[in-house]
Parts: sequence; structure tokens; C-alpha cells
Amino acid sequence: MGVEVAVEGLGKSFGRQRIWQDVTLTLPVGEISVLLGPSGTGKSVFLKCLVGLLKPNSGSITINGTDLVRCSEHKLYDIRKLFGVLFQDGALFGSMNLYDNVAFPLREHTRKSETEIRRIVTEKMDMVGLAGEGTKLPGEISGGMRKRAGLARALVLDPGIILVDEPDSGLDPVRTAYISQLLVDLNAQIDATILIVTHNINVARTVPDNIGMLFRRELVMFGPREVLLTSEEPAVKQFINGSRIGPIGMSEEKDEATMAAELAAGFDLGADEITGVPPQLEPTPGLPERQAVRRRKDRVMRILHTLPPAARTTILSSLDPTDRFGR
Amino acid sequence: MSQPPNQPPTRVLPPPARKPFPGMAALRETGRLYALALEVVRCTFKRPFQFREFIGQFWFIASVSLLPAALVAIPFGAVIALHLGSLTTQIGAQSFTGAASVLAIIQQASPVVTALLIAGAGGSAMCADLGSRTIREEIDAMEVLGVNPVQRLVVPRVLAAMGVAAFLNGLVSVVGVLGGYFFNVIMQGGTPGAYLASFSALAQLPDLWISEIKAVIFGFVAGVVAAYRGLNPGRGPKGVGDAVNQSVVITFLLLFLLNLILTTLYLQVVPPKGA
Ligand SMILES: Nc1ncnc2c1ncn2[C@@H]1O[C@H](COP(=O)(O)OP(=O)(O)OP(=O)(O)O)[C@@H](O)[C@H]1O
Ligand SMILES: [Mg+2]
Repeated sequence: MGVEVAVEGLGKSFGRQRIWQDVTLTLPVGEISVLLGPSGTGKSVFLKCLVGLLKPNSGSITINGTDLVRCSEHKLYDIRKLFGVLFQDGALFGSMNLYDNVAFPLREHTRKSETEIRRIVTEKMDMVGLAGEGTKLPGEISGGMRKRAGLARALVLDPGIILVDEPDSGLDPVRTAYISQLLVDLNAQIDATILIVTHNINVARTVPDNIGMLFRRELVMFGPREVLLTSEEPAVKQFINGSRIGPIGMSEEKDEATMAAELAAGFDLGADEITGVPPQLEPTPGLPERQAVRRRKDRVMRILHTLPPAARTTILSSLDPTDRFGR
Repeated sequence: MSQPPNQPPTRVLPPPARKPFPGMAALRETGRLYALALEVVRCTFKRPFQFREFIGQFWFIASVSLLPAALVAIPFGAVIALHLGSLTTQIGAQSFTGAASVLAIIQQASPVVTALLIAGAGGSAMCADLGSRTIREEIDAMEVLGVNPVQRLVVPRVLAAMGVAAFLNGLVSVVGVLGGYFFNVIMQGGTPGAYLASFSALAQLPDLWISEIKAVIFGFVAGVVAAYRGLNPGRGPKGVGDAVNQSVVITFLLLFLLNLILTTLYLQVVPPKGA
């Protein structure tokens, strides 16, 4: 069962370098959310704040009624057991082989027998496509494999909240598609709350229920996927299109002069503009329905009147007639 | 002039929390070093004890510092013996050469040599290991998995450093004393009988104790400093390199300071034999 994560007015700086501030969002129970943002906007830092590895300078993070920012060390260790985290580089223990890495949480936190551990570890390694690679050391495998092993380790305790930092970087497109499907299937099976940090537009468009974007030291928006995918906000639009035209520059932010010059030079967004809201990935046939879909529908209908018109139309047209008139 | 509409609102940076005064950073680092030392002591008594990690680290530290320790001990003992030998001849106290050199070796040279080797060979490797784990986010991952890295990684290492220090200290003492004996008796023509007799006249058991106590404390300090710098490296591989470097330098400084304090205390507290 998933857990809700409520973030209120969160701010983080390193010394005088402000990373972001005033981040307010709620990861709804059991839903999949994606956090987008150009490189260096502090997405990884945000994930680390969520698990209490970095201390935010202001704001609160509430999980199960406990504020992670202000709770005791002891409580923090307890709450962390709810999390499964995949770090950007996998963060495998270099001195252990893949099998021991994946088995580590089970050996630390459960009293399962070695045979049972073997069963679970083998299952998870199969799931991420690493069957039979258990004896290799993290130093001997490719970045993509490290990432998948890291994911297997994050999943082994059936966490209530799964945080994934760039599951797609270092993976080929086929593996990325598999990982996306894997996360959706997982959500259907254990109904965990999932937050994915990614640069991959394809993942962002097809996997999540909610999307947020960090830019210019704040959360530009966070809400149902339709909102961000139909947004006219220049930075969001540029990011979704992967275009050079817009407020995002090579060094995160363009100055206004460059932007004006580009506009004056008559750049247009070109023919390959990506618009519309593609259908969401479904769990593999045979798996249970995602329970989050129903909950989300109710939730979105309740806040529908607050959403921008474009998003509202998309949401309404995506409903089937029973949904629209049944209530 | 009005601002274009989509320009982000300009923000002022928050005022720095406190006006930093010089030395503040150093003070904070010292405080955190102490906090880690306390945490290590606290976690030492927490079960389960990481026995395999301890054995592995003990073996590792011993293997990198054993040979250098023995090799350093011989010339060290020899230098002290030779120096004292000629000095005592000048003032006509040859018969005390043995006692003086043995005391110097056991009480001063041996713990310091041991500690320098533990810090230089064992501590630097330990700091590099922990540092690279930190920048690879292994330590973060461990914490998120609900495992305390201090208990899991640091405690066994610090205890191993202390254990190896005690053990090496014994070795260095023996080798140093043998070296001293050899040089004094064979090279400088001292009399074996006088060497041994003066030894039992002036040396006493507490001399051996303080030597071991010093070694164990030095081992603890070397371990904690290496772990502290390893867990808080700068960013990137260069940060780890700098951390290793600093950990060795900081340990050396602390060790000599501690040695001064411990020696002073010992001389005050334990009455010299025959006084
Ligand atoms: N421990 C730290 N100390 C100081 N600054 C840090 C620390 N960690 C991150 N930063 C800074 O925070 C900013 C955001 O880093 P972060 O790794 O979160 O970016 P990101 O959004 O994850 O980028 P990417 O998409 O490339 O992974 C960077 O400017 C980085 O220099
Ligand atoms: Mg990142």
C-alpha cells in the first residue's frame, strides 16, 4: 500500500547557493509522479531531501503524520524503511557482488532464511533482466546494468514509496521502455507511491499520473499529467519539445537579451512540435488493475474546476461515457 | 522601464544566518569530529557487532603496516641507542645506556612510530575507501536502507585500528629494543650485563602499560579522523584525494599533541622507579 508524501514550502540552499525554494506538492497515495527539470536544477537534491539525507533549510515533508525535517534520528530510520530509492548512479556496494547487494536489505531487516532470500532476490533480478548475473561485482558491469541492479535492490522490501533518480539515463531505448513498463506493473502489483526523476520526454508523457517541473529555483508546476502536457508555459513547452527555443539555455537559464534576439531572428518551433496527451501505459495484461487510476480519477474530478481550460478539455475527453455521466 | 512580463521576480538572497567569525568553520569541524568519536563509542556497544568486517579490516591494516613498522623500528632503536650510547659515555653514565634507551623506545618511539604507520598506511587507505564510497553514494544508500554506516563500517575500522596499534606497538618495542641492544652491545662495545641490569633498575611495569595505552588511544584517533574525513570528502575524486591528504596531516598533528599530554600526565601520576 502506498503512502502519501506531502511537501510544504520546502527550500534548500548550499551555503549561499540557493537550489530551490517554496516547493509545495503532494505525491498522492499509490500514484506515479514524474519530476522534470533541466540538468542542475536540483532534482537529485530534492530526492535526497525526501529521504532525509539532506536537510532542507525551510518547509516540511510529512509522511504518515511525521515531519521528516524535524523528527528524531530514530524516527527517521523508521520512516526510511518505507522507501525504496534508486540513486542516479545505482549506488551499489562496490565490495559485494550483485546478488549480495540485492539481498542486503533482506539480510539487514528481515529474519528470512537464506533459501527464501534466494527466492526473492532471484525473482527481483529476473524482473530487471539480470538473471544469472548475480556473481558479478558492480565494477565489472555496465552503467545500465548497475542501474537495474540498484532498482532490484530498491524493490526488494516491497517499499511503500519508490523514488527513482533517472531510471533511463545510461539505458538504451528498449531497456528504457522495459523499465517504464516495469514501474507501471510494479505500481499495479504493490500500489506503491512512485516518484521518477527523468529527462526522458517519452517516459514523462506515458508513465506518470502527475508531472512536476523544477526550473529557475522553484517548482514551475505540479499536477495531473494533462496540465503539464498541455501547458503553454514557455519553459515547460520548451522542455517537453526538447527545443532550443525558449527560456532554458545551455547554462540553465538564458538571459532575456538572448531570448529576444532569438525571437527577433524569427526562429519558430518547427514542425516536430510535440503536442497532445498520449494514452498512459497500462499494466501488462494479466496483472491486476492499477488501483491508483480510480482514486486519481475521483481526485482530478474534484479539482477539475481549478485546472486550466486546455487540461480540463483533455481530461474530460479522455473519460469514457460511464465516467462522465455515472456520477 | 518596466520589466518584461515573464521575467522571474527578482529575489534578494536571504541574509546569512549568523555573521561568521573567523575560526567558526574550524570550530564546527572540530565539533563534528567529536560527535563522530562519540557516535563511534556509542555504536561500539550496539549489537550486532560486525565481526567479519572487523576481522577483514584488522587483517588489512596489519598487512599494510606490519613490514614498514618492523623496518622503521630497527633504525629507530639503533639511532636512540647510538645517540644515548655516546651521550652516556660523555657524562660517564654508560651503565645506564640500556635503561635509558629501552625507556625511550618503549614509552615514546614505539607508540609514535606505530601511530604514524597506522595513520599513514592504514588510515589513508581507510579514508580513501570510505571517501570513494561516499562519493559513489554508497553511504547514502546504506542510510536509506536503514543501516547506520557508523556502526556498520566505521566502528569495525576504528576498533581494528586500535587492535592493530596495540599489536604493532608490542612488535615495534621488541624489535626496537633488540636493535638497540645489538647496536649498543655489539657496535659500541657496551656490556650486556650492564645493559640488562640497568634496565631492571629503572624500568617498571607501568612503562609498558602507558606504552600500550598510548598506542591504543593513537589508534582510536587515527581511525576516527580517517573515518571523519572519509565520510565528509570534498566533491568528486579530487575531494577524496584532498581528504586523504588532510586526514594524515590532521592525525599527525593530533597525535603529537596527545603524546605530549599523555607523557606529561604519566610523569606526574606514576612515580619513577627508585625515586
Ligand atoms: N552536497 C552538495 N553540496 C553542495 N552543492 C551541491 C550538493 N549536491 C548538489 N549540489 C548542487 O546542487 C545543484 C543541483 O544538483 P542536482 O544533482 O540535484 O541536479 P540535478 O537536477 O539532479 O541534475 P541532473 O539532471 O544533471 O542529475 C548543483 O548545482 C550542484 O552543484
Ligand atoms: Mg540528478
